[in-house]
Amino acid sequence: MTKYGSALRAAFPLTLPICAAFLFLGISYGLYMTGRGFAPLYPICTSALVFAGSMEFVLVSLLLGPFDPLNAFFIALTVNSRHLFYGLSMLEKYKDTGLKKLYLIFGMCDESFAINCSVKIPEGIDKGWFMTFVTFLNQCYWVTGVTTGALAGSRLNFDAKGLDFALTALFLAIFAAQWQGEENHGPSLLGLALPFFCLLLWGPEAFLPPSLALLLALFVFAFYFRRQRS
Amino acid sequence: MTFSQELITIAAVVAGTMVTRFLPFVLFPASKKTPPLIAFLGQVLPPAVMGMLVIYSLKDVSLFAGHHGLPEFLAGSLTVLLQLFTRNMLLAVASGTVGYMLLVQYVFA
Repeated sequence: MTKYGSALRAAFPLTLPICAAFLFLGISYGLYMTGRGFAPLYPICTSALVFAGSMEFVLVSLLLGPFDPLNAFFIALTVNSRHLFYGLSMLEKYKDTGLKKLYLIFGMCDESFAINCSVKIPEGIDKGWFMTFVTFLNQCYWVTGVTTGALAGSRLNFDAKGLDFALTALFLAIFAAQWQGEENHGPSLLGLALPFFCLLLWGPEAFLPPSLALLLALFVFAFYFRRQRS
Repeated sequence: MTFSQELITIAAVVAGTMVTRFLPFVLFPASKKTPPLIAFLGQVLPPAVMGMLVIYSLKDVSLFAGHHGLPEFLAGSLTVLLQLFTRNMLLAVASGTVGYMLLVQYVFA
């Protein structure tokens, strides 16, 4: 088998939970945007270009509001600020992937990041192509779901309530697998506890930026503290 | 909004999103040696961010109203236990998801 084929075969099964959830959520987004009076081409194009689930829903309300591109730019920065952490985590892994690196960074949604960051790529599989296929398959699922929702619209009759839990389950399973493989549980525990308290304090719309800032501050402090002691 | 205003708004959102994705790679290019602090962050951030994603994906669950997060807790526990004992991620995720769907569609409907 070619290196592309074997990388695709290794990547595909891992993306199946995302396939289920993205088709479902994508259909909801397609329905949502066309339901607000936009032509099907809008959700289809934005799903491929923005490719950051929660931001696309926000985009719909931005488009319905007054024209303020600077505000739109800063909202996108805030909502997607967590991606900064993904980039810092992937500096090593995305090394030596050539031109594919540009696509890997462009398509780095939560789910592609979660898989590419945590999975031990099997021996003999080209890691650059593996990560590219994970990213590409996830984007295909999302755009396919959105296109289906935008075109088929309300004629679609499906009851898949709760299917989006596949994403939560995926993050939980990755978290558990990671827990088993690590000696120091400190970062994992902090990552769970700090955002949880921020969520209780600031609520679901505003807790992410303070969580990120606090995590970053603590880790920077830990770094200098350890260096001083050694 | 006119069509061109819509295009500009979409472009602004694409640009904002891309800044958050590309900035770390622009600041710390592979050709230069990564500073020790950034290398340290690259080690501790992945596990922490995975914990954060768990919370993020559950952010709209209300603990103090409705079912108090019980369906999420039950299906989440099933996922974690299956992952810990079978180490089969697909089995764990599929069982947790199907379990959750059954719970919200029949038990907690």
